[in-house]
Amino acid sequence: MAANQDAEAAVLSDDMAASSPPMGVKVIAREFMKDKLALLSLILLIVILLTVFIWSFVVDQAAVTTVSLWDSYLPPMSMSEDPVHEGTRYILGTDSAGRDIFGLLVIGARNSIILGWSVTVVTSAIGIVVGILAAYYAGLVDNILMRIIDFIMILPQLMIIIIFVTIVPNYNVVTFALILIVFNWHGPARFIRGRALTVGRLDFISASRTMGTPSLVIMLREMMPNISSLIIVNLTLSFAGSIGLETGLTYLGFGLPTGTPSLGTLVSYATNPDILENRAWVWLPASTLILVLVLCINYVGRALQRSADAKQRLG
Amino acid sequence: MWKTIIRRLLLMIPQILILSILIFIIADFMPGDPFTGMIDPNLDPAQLEAQRQAFGLNDPLPVRYVRWVGDALQGDFGRSFNYQQPVVAVIGGRMGNTIRLSLMSIILTYAIGLPLGILAGRYNESVLDKSILVYNFVSFAVPIFVLALLMVWIFGYNLNWFPSRGSVSINANTTWEIWTSRLYHLLLPSITTAILGTTSIIQYLRSEIIDAKVSDYVKTARSKGVPIQKVYTKHIFRNASLPIASGFGFTVVSLFMGSIFIEQIFSYRGMGFLFLQSINTRDYSVIFVLVLFYGFLGLIGTLISDLTLMAVDPRIRID
Repeated sequence: MAANQDAEAAVLSDDMAASSPPMGVKVIAREFMKDKLALLSLILLIVILLTVFIWSFVVDQAAVTTVSLWDSYLPPMSMSEDPVHEGTRYILGTDSAGRDIFGLLVIGARNSIILGWSVTVVTSAIGIVVGILAAYYAGLVDNILMRIIDFIMILPQLMIIIIFVTIVPNYNVVTFALILIVFNWHGPARFIRGRALTVGRLDFISASRTMGTPSLVIMLREMMPNISSLIIVNLTLSFAGSIGLETGLTYLGFGLPTGTPSLGTLVSYATNPDILENRAWVWLPASTLILVLVLCINYVGRALQRSADAKQRLG
Repeated sequence: MWKTIIRRLLLMIPQILILSILIFIIADFMPGDPFTGMIDPNLDPAQLEAQRQAFGLNDPLPVRYVRWVGDALQGDFGRSFNYQQPVVAVIGGRMGNTIRLSLMSIILTYAIGLPLGILAGRYNESVLDKSILVYNFVSFAVPIFVLALLMVWIFGYNLNWFPSRGSVSINANTTWEIWTSRLYHLLLPSITTAILGTTSIIQYLRSEIIDAKVSDYVKTARSKGVPIQKVYTKHIFRNASLPIASGFGFTVVSLFMGSIFIEQIFSYRGMGFLFLQSINTRDYSVIFVLVLFYGFLGLIGTLISDLTLMAVDPRIRID
């Protein structure tokens, strides 16, 4: 009998808890506390970001990119052999032109992260607008937009991006970012449209329409908040994708222009078999950093994804 | 079925046309023309101009496009200026390597993906399942060129288990030697591709099996006394493999696409390698046909996906 009452009490208290559903930041925090690996990834990610951004303020970019041929290909932890840089120690060694790998790594990481993030933000913004428009108006608008997206999907993207990179006059960081945006907005757009379609069919949207709420208000104030958690998840996951794409293109030599070092620039030293085999310190740190960054961002994204969907939550 | 196939094939024609026009326009913007590299002080600019005229490079864009389509329909896709050979011959010479690489990668992808997906689904929430999920997560996230570089560095250069460059050893003379050498060169790149290609296979198979486990038809089969092993192989697997069958076309296409990085890193002389080379030498008759070919492949991939879905699940009718 007593056990029964306990059970009832437990059910009751569960009901009480359910009456105020946990929302927003609290849920996310709980998810991260429950999944220690996600917490670790988040901390690691924050540490990397802070180090990169603070250090890139400290490091003098001009000094890092100065060529000193005396110091060409010094292994890690060696002292400078150039009389001008007397007494400097290269923690991660130097590249062909005697530049400090650590400095290049920090500046490259900063450039890669900034570029990846800007591309992600813009493509997601376009994706949100296109996705919600397609889902809200449905019918003809949806059809046209989806045909365009289908067409972009069948394009051999990587090839087209490389071709554009080679034909754009006065090629620089901005044009590179634009090219990436043009060929990457369709992913978020499809994703957002899929989710927005289900939201758009819900009763409160129809009710709102019957009441004469302007379309723009419905889209911005009613549909968007309902998919906001998905937008955040999408941002994180495509952030990792953008970093991978940018560094990959830069590795092939069709990415950031030479004046702007990226993580891919350092990795691209490995196209030379001799460096690949015997001078791993030049390209290995950058490759590892890309790996760690991408894994952490993805893992954090997965945790966010789980907290956005009550059925998948761990906490 | 045949009606669907023919209709889909006919629908492809306008798509291919749009793609070709688009790429033709883009190719026109490429700086320099095939003669740019040949300018030397001994050559009279007027003669060069005459050459351009003779090759029809000075004609307006639509004229050149129509001429190109006319030739292409007769199997003449133009000449590569870099190789001084017909484009078809240049690409055909590399196609074998890429097809072998893709075929090997496809076999390995399914050889890794199917068992792992089945195991993860069957023993879900076990340690095995969790480790497979970790592998799946990592393989989803890792950029292909980083993994390929690490593989080359570790297994090619440091451990010397595999050849790290090229598609065939120059010492191979007999047919047998050539084929074994080719296979040996294939292994590392195709393993790398396969490791990254399994993500969706494992994910779909796992979740389908987990869903199927508690479904009514499985309960029925169990209660009428079908052994558990047989339920998995005959009942669940057939149903769970539907989304994978439908993804087959996409898997094939994405493997072809990934070949650019893989071929570059392994110096494997296939079509992806040819593409990068042609970009660097501005050999745009080759670039143009390559892009068109890959675009065509994308279309075929979607078609194959739909058709396999129809073949494995008679309930589905696509029109």
